[in-house]
Amino acid sequence: MKRVVIVGLAAALLGVGAIAIGQDNAALEGIAKYREMLKDGNPADLMELRGAALWTTPRGPRHATLEACDLGLGPGVVDGAYARLPRWFDDTGRVQDVESRLVTCMVTLQGFRAEDAMRDWYRPASDLEALVTYVAVQSQGQPIDAPATHPREAEMAAIGEVLFFRRAGPLDFSCATCHSQRDRRIRLQELPDFLDPAEARASITTWPAYRVSQSNVWTMERRLIDCIRQMRAPDADFGSDAIIALETWLQKQATGGVLSSPGIKR
Amino acid sequence: MIGRRSWLAGMLGTIALTVTAAEDLHDRAEAVVRRSFSTATPEEWRTRLAQDEVQALCSRHRDAPPAEVAARVVELSRATLRYPDNGRLMGNWREGEKLASIGTGGHIGRIQPDRPGTRKGGNCYACHVLAPKEMAAGNLGPSLAGYGKIHGTSEDAVRFTYQKIFNAQAWFPCTHMPRFGANGWLTPDEIADAVAFLLDPESPVNR
Ligand code: HEC
Ligand code: HEC
Repeated sequence: MKRVVIVGLAAALLGVGAIAIGQDNAALEGIAKYREMLKDGNPADLMELRGAALWTTPRGPRHATLEACDLGLGPGVVDGAYARLPRWFDDTGRVQDVESRLVTCMVTLQGFRAEDAMRDWYRPASDLEALVTYVAVQSQGQPIDAPATHPREAEMAAIGEVLFFRRAGPLDFSCATCHSQRDRRIRLQELPDFLDPAEARASITTWPAYRVSQSNVWTMERRLIDCIRQMRAPDADFGSDAIIALETWLQKQATGGVLSSPGIKR
Repeated sequence: MIGRRSWLAGMLGTIALTVTAAEDLHDRAEAVVRRSFSTATPEEWRTRLAQDEVQALCSRHRDAPPAEVAARVVELSRATLRYPDNGRLMGNWREGEKLASIGTGGHIGRIQPDRPGTRKGGNCYACHVLAPKEMAAGNLGPSLAGYGKIHGTSEDAVRFTYQKIFNAQAWFPCTHMPRFGANGWLTPDEIADAVAFLLDPESPVNR
């Protein structure tokens, strides 16, 4: 019953939101208002429920569930796993984030082909976004603990930091163009400064997030791949090392921040 | 004396090691970029992800180049400057005003590309206050409200403003402002229109 009310409320708010956004300061106040009104029920909660169901439903050629998936804390341990990703995995020989690790489990446990597991990952309410939301919420209230101390994690964080400052493309953008100074905005959109650990924590702890302007939940991979699109680069591959390197560096910057995902964003 | 020399050798050794480590990290980062965009078409790959010398230098120095690097960036940037065929550096402010608020164009990829033929704008409002009545202005760059009232329309003012928009790095190495003309994002005539938007006494920037 509560869920039905939430969906109705969200739909009503979205109607209003579409008009307000992009016009004036009302947009900024608008988000604060959504947050307030949705305090007891973020539309992303529905994604979490769907992710939880997907986790325990036998699927794929092997007709298996994901319940034995090892997200870094051992097979089947979901509690606190998101707060400790990305991390090094011996079995795949890679530093992986939550998205790429879920794909590994869909391949090894359920027998999906990797291409099939990843297909349409960015479509609204995709299985992967639902699964990521479910896993993230199981770390709610826990501090991010991803200091990148394993040598391969440290290497990925260092590469992520280099990539953060890497300019390319027809507008010369790097991540630092938009995210390396305090109190900056593009038009009216506020930009976190990821060089400042306090701002990194405030941002990173709220993902995945329900994006009001998209009427959909976005995971961190989706967010970063969209910023890369804004840089006028081609889409980075889902689960690619460039994305994981940036995430490893961002999580390291945000270490200590207490997770409160799913968030609500513009 | 010997002690001092070996200390020096040690220091130089450490510096050399640090430099090699930094080069090595840089190479690994480039390798990561190369293997992370496999779905892009080969041409887009090269043009959009490869760095020119200025981009590479600014990235290496995290946008704060030491003096000799800054001088190199300015030299390379000045060499890119080109002007409209008719020689007029101040065009039509109404066209410039349109350009200043167009934020579309040039988005590629599979997920959310622009429709073919979408106009590329200067999107100046993303980073600057221009006409004071436009509230939706960003602040990555300084406010340019009343820019023409301050600078006037002398030949020098017009030339500087044109060069600044054509290639901001001819004046400010490693600035965050895009090199609109040098990168072929805006044409010389479009840049002249943007100059007029900033400097023309009739433009809303100056009223
Ligand atoms: C041209 C500007 C621009 C560039 C370049 C850019 N971003 Fe962003 N970024 C944005 C905007 C705009 C938002 C969304 C703000 C909003 O929704 O209000 C954002 C949001 C984000 C967020 C989520 C912040 C939050 O919690 O709401 C992250 C994380 C992020 N960017 C990381 C990056 C990284 C990493 C790069 C480089 C690969 C990058 N960005 C490049 C403009 C940019
Ligand atoms: C991504 C951010 C960004 C965009 C987009 C941008 N600028 Fe800038 N601009 C800056 C920054 C940062 C500075 C300050 C540093 C400098 O002088 O380069 C600046 C400086 C300037 C200056 C020099 C101001 C002075 O007093 O010296 C002018 C003129 C200017 N911009 C015009 C424009 C115009 C016109 C456009 C659009 C066609 C534009 N800018 C788009 C970031 C931007």
